[in-house]
Amino acid sequence: MPLNWDLIWSSFGPIVTGAITGTIPLTLASFVIGLALALLVALMRLSRNAVVSGVARFYVSVIRGTPLLVQLFVIFYGLPSLGVKLDPWPSAIIAFSLNVGGYAAEVIRAAILSVPKGQWEAGHTIGMSRGQSLRRIILPQAARVSVPPLSNTFISLVKDTSLASLILVTELFRNAQQIAAFSQEFMALYLEAALVYWVICLALSSGQSVLERRLDRYVAH
Amino acid sequence: MSPTDGAAHSGAHGATSQARPVLSVRNLAKAFGSNVVLRDIDLDVRRGNVVALIGPSGSGKTTVLRSLNGLETPDAGTVTFAGPGTSAGPGTDLALDFSARVSKKEISDLRDRSAMVFQHYNLFPHMTVLQNVIEGPVQVQKRKRAEAVAEAEKLLARVGLADKRDAYPFELSGGQQQRVGIVRALALKPQLLLFDEPTSALDPELVGDVLAVIQELADEGWTMVIVTHELAFARQVADEVIFMDGGLVVERGPAAEVLRAPRQERTRQFVRRLLHEF
Repeated sequence: MPLNWDLIWSSFGPIVTGAITGTIPLTLASFVIGLALALLVALMRLSRNAVVSGVARFYVSVIRGTPLLVQLFVIFYGLPSLGVKLDPWPSAIIAFSLNVGGYAAEVIRAAILSVPKGQWEAGHTIGMSRGQSLRRIILPQAARVSVPPLSNTFISLVKDTSLASLILVTELFRNAQQIAAFSQEFMALYLEAALVYWVICLALSSGQSVLERRLDRYVAH
Repeated sequence: MSPTDGAAHSGAHGATSQARPVLSVRNLAKAFGSNVVLRDIDLDVRRGNVVALIGPSGSGKTTVLRSLNGLETPDAGTVTFAGPGTSAGPGTDLALDFSARVSKKEISDLRDRSAMVFQHYNLFPHMTVLQNVIEGPVQVQKRKRAEAVAEAEKLLARVGLADKRDAYPFELSGGQQQRVGIVRALALKPQLLLFDEPTSALDPELVGDVLAVIQELADEGWTMVIVTHELAFARQVADEVIFMDGGLVVERGPAAEVLRAPRQERTRQFVRRLLHEF
């Protein structure tokens, strides 16, 4: 089967544009909001208040126990029946943020618990409150531990945003789909899309290595 | 590296003329479930004095020490610090009654009075030596950074670690880390220094350096409570030795008496066993 090189070259434009204006901003926005949410949920789960930790546990359970695609559809196609109509972009950002929030919360909780108890005590003995110890002593150390698993979450998210094409968000995969349908060159277009996702993830992986090296500077090797 | 108030005191061992102890503890009690770890502990520490807490593991000595720094909350008993505290606030006594509910504020005030040196150092691994030392003064006591740095450098020089200022804790030996731990406590200018088995985690050849620093602090008049297994050191540095067992104070008195001629059979056994180890 001869490849239609002209089409491949000319379709790179729309696909890469889809990555730059769709996939990447969607990923970044969802990850940042999701991480903030995850930190909150992780702290709630560590709370001694049973109601607070119960709420957090329930949230994590629902997010992890239901498919991302279903969450996306509930928000975009389901909520309008309750009178909440959201555009594709806000729907996607909310769904992906909630999803990241659930998974990353467990990562952050484990990372916080991995910091030895003596670090809290050392914070207290120099007069710090719990909040101060958390911010200045515990979280910086937890951050180092959580970089590898959070990078996993981040890289998964890049690929998961392709699901947003199903709620009409114009992003990388949706552009590829449209050109494929129009030209009937499915193999070429979907491999092209795969290649662009892969390149984005390669860049993120190397970013992860740089960050890990930076955070490892205070650890014995 | 002298105690906060700047008042001249000799640091001479033995009773000082101060009428009121810096720290008074009465009837301290604590249990974990049915396991009683402290029973009716009384403790007085006078300004410039050194009290050594000795006893077998599980005797409750570390729990007493940690209670003084709010790292454990006793079930009952009172802890009173005389006079003004370290940082801002009214220059009055601090009295906590653990039989009643103790507020976060009270625990925070209690921590203001003392600083702990831990058995396993517990330095902040993500901070350099200097950052470890100035963290409390700058972040908690809100002192000027430049001033805190100058003081930290002076203190580090005193314990022979001036050149380690920008090193991370993992780059230091255990003995060096513990000296940083001591400097971190000193930088807070507490009324009372607490040592929790400060040399137990060290290689034998590094113990001497750390003990020398503590001895120097005692000579300068710092008020200290030390939990230790180093009986020879306790005899040399402490004004009073308290022997605990099973959550009780079994015997207390001047260091020389308790360690050389114990009155209680239980103390005698303990001292004999520990001295024979060496």
